Amino acid sequence: MAHFTCEVVYRGIFQKNLAARICRGIVLSSRKAGRWGIAFGRYGDSPQRNGIPAKDFAIVADTQEELEQNMARYEPKEVDVTICVDDTLGKGVESWAWYGLQPINRLTVPNGTLLMTSLQRPEDLLKDIHKKEAPYTLALIPAKASFSGLWVYKEDHTEARILGALAKIQPAFLSLEAVCQAIREAEWGSDLKVQSARKAHERLQSRPVKITEGNPETPFAFEKPKWWEMREGVSIPAIPIGKPMEGGKGYVPERNPYFKKFTTRTMRPVIDFDKCVKCTLCWLQCPDSCFDVTPDGLYDANMESCCGCGVCEAVCPAKECITMVSEAAFDDNASQWEMWRKDKAKYTTWMTAKISDKEHVVRSHGFRFRGQYDEEIKKELDMGGVEITAGIPGENADSKKL
Amino acid sequence: MAVETKAAPVVANHKEMLISGSEACAEALTLADLDVVTAYPIRPYDTVMQAIAKKIANGQLVAEYIVAEGEHSQFEIVKHASTVGARVFCGSSGVGWMYAMECLVVTPPLRVPMVCMVGNRALDDPGAFGVEHNDALVVRDLGWMLIWVDTAQEMLDTTLLAYRIAEDRRVFLPIAMSADGAFLTHSQALVQVPSKALVDKFLPRYDRGDLLLHPDNPITVAPQANEDWVIEIRRQNDEAMKRASTVIEEAYADFRKVMGRGAEHPWFEEYMTDDAEIILVGMGTISLPIKVAIREMRAKGKKVGLVRPRWFRPFPTERMVKALSRAGAIGVIDRDYSFGSPFNSGVVANEIRAALYNADKRPPLMSFICGLGGREVTLADVHKATDMCFAAANSGKSDPKTHWLGVRE
Repeated sequence: MAHFTCEVVYRGIFQKNLAARICRGIVLSSRKAGRWGIAFGRYGDSPQRNGIPAKDFAIVADTQEELEQNMARYEPKEVDVTICVDDTLGKGVESWAWYGLQPINRLTVPNGTLLMTSLQRPEDLLKDIHKKEAPYTLALIPAKASFSGLWVYKEDHTEARILGALAKIQPAFLSLEAVCQAIREAEWGSDLKVQSARKAHERLQSRPVKITEGNPETPFAFEKPKWWEMREGVSIPAIPIGKPMEGGKGYVPERNPYFKKFTTRTMRPVIDFDKCVKCTLCWLQCPDSCFDVTPDGLYDANMESCCGCGVCEAVCPAKECITMVSEAAFDDNASQWEMWRKDKAKYTTWMTAKISDKEHVVRSHGFRFRGQYDEEIKKELDMGGVEITAGIPGENADSKKL
Repeated sequence: MAVETKAAPVVANHKEMLISGSEACAEALTLADLDVVTAYPIRPYDTVMQAIAKKIANGQLVAEYIVAEGEHSQFEIVKHASTVGARVFCGSSGVGWMYAMECLVVTPPLRVPMVCMVGNRALDDPGAFGVEHNDALVVRDLGWMLIWVDTAQEMLDTTLLAYRIAEDRRVFLPIAMSADGAFLTHSQALVQVPSKALVDKFLPRYDRGDLLLHPDNPITVAPQANEDWVIEIRRQNDEAMKRASTVIEEAYADFRKVMGRGAEHPWFEEYMTDDAEIILVGMGTISLPIKVAIREMRAKGKKVGLVRPRWFRPFPTERMVKALSRAGAIGVIDRDYSFGSPFNSGVVANEIRAALYNADKRPPLMSFICGLGGREVTLADVHKATDMCFAAANSGKSDPKTHWLGVRE
């Protein structure tokens, strides 16, 4: 009797299809050895919203009986492998299925594996990933996060590469041959995809993580009230109105202390305060009221409540005043305005470095910028990804030309 | 995404697929050659309407797919389609099912063999998606046949059985198949899917006979009636529901014969009850943690078993009494509530109390409410309930209090 449990932590909507494919792939691969399995999403995460962290699970076992315990619950208590398909989720997971910030490695068993797709170095990732009271292995597939949408799928072989890597991590449950066979048989399966899986299997890098390593911060958590402590009539108190920032000037809204939004963010606005024309548009249009009004009439995006949607950048009329930069380039949620107020020259150097970093201003998603896709694919090819093809490999690629 | 696993099928003339309970239902509908389906989205039922839409879009099923403007029309449309001889399917969840209430009420007296899937969901408020059984239970007194399933496989099998039973001329009553939201509707498992040839052997065509609404068979359905007609109409329904018991037993026996697999007895699943001192009772996927807990308890020498009712209407009174009255104590775990009811119990507990009233031997009965709104029924919850049942067995007395498990208090 043995079983293998795996979670996929992903960006809601953008990676929904990817996560489902990985989990199905795990079950179908292990079926090759006669094992039973289930694949499911964390029901509380639904309905999903763009970018809000979500989870899918795959559990495989020698017998159907072993699966029963996890067939009627929203998530397993622990997993052998946590798969994280966007490295900015390393900062923690606040789904709208629960209250509080959960470390990315929270469910990973002691000596289990955290498998991530990332272009960052392990040392940089460990600045974000919370410390764990047990050692584990950090395994990396060099890849950019694969983002698409609800009705579309970015056929960049990420799921095949993850499955290939898993065959290295858990060969007892997923042999490479079984994985390759399952990939070939699956929807849009192809020999090219099998190649990608094999490459990922060969090139998987991993390193042990000690209990002393990681982000030492204690993630915010909440105690839920008892039934008799709750207000009756399904009612909750309103969030009180805000107050001036300092000296009777500026304005800071009161924010929901139970639900923050920053783990939804894959990019954050970086603000050049010297270019701000104080037009108020970012403040008005922000769907999350995340801007604090400073005493000098500037607008400071509060990094605990910004979900990184990019609306502020889109509506800002001042050229290069707001630039969205990948969350991977930051290690904390500190106020940019405070930094700017303290030392303007130092801030300008910091800001310039952030917004001129070509790597980090590539859009992960959004509505203002399109394109960049071809460049990305080329880059992935350089890193050991797949050949660029037109059409769907295995389906109509043969008849299409670039 | 529903593709075959390419694994050797466990049973002859079947293929294996990795599909959710909702997708399993859609597979069965395809095999049953469904004619008319109506849809209106509400979670978690919407997974089945999506799965059917995909089947039609892929050319695997030819059926009329009507998107209604609300559940009221959704159920009304299939009711009419059924009277002209179409094999129909419909479904909903939680308050969506409530919105269809007027149509749900009129379906049994018109003797419409509509098959529905209720993706069990907590009723509002609060707006929540998790499972509670109160939605489907609301129609328990109206002439609807009600069944609960606990796996995707059973969802597929039950869908086929439901048409066979509902469309039997002796019955002609609607069936609502309940599937726990999330655990069945959104979770994929390996399911054995029978071949079309097998299904054709098991499931005859829907023949509405003398009740067919057709120019060649001129009839009026649902004329206005007063007190001199109504009670007789109710009595007809009563008789049809009674006849359904025979039809259900025939259908399950035939299913096993044709498919070479399937449930041994239709009414309820018995798990390790042969020598059980304590018998727990629960509907739907609550059976899964209970079975795990039972195995743990058995390993420690505690003789505990489970009775998982499938059919709630018609309720198998005699069989249930026979199965339960041999226990030292009974523990009913309801995933529903019935505020202000006798003993403030859940619905299932009070049904079982009523069924046992005339029994020669009435073991003490403990009533529990657990897992509302999709809250996990933990092994600790089951252990706690069982310990209380052992105490009741020892004292020989029922505890009049209903115990809520897994609530923050």
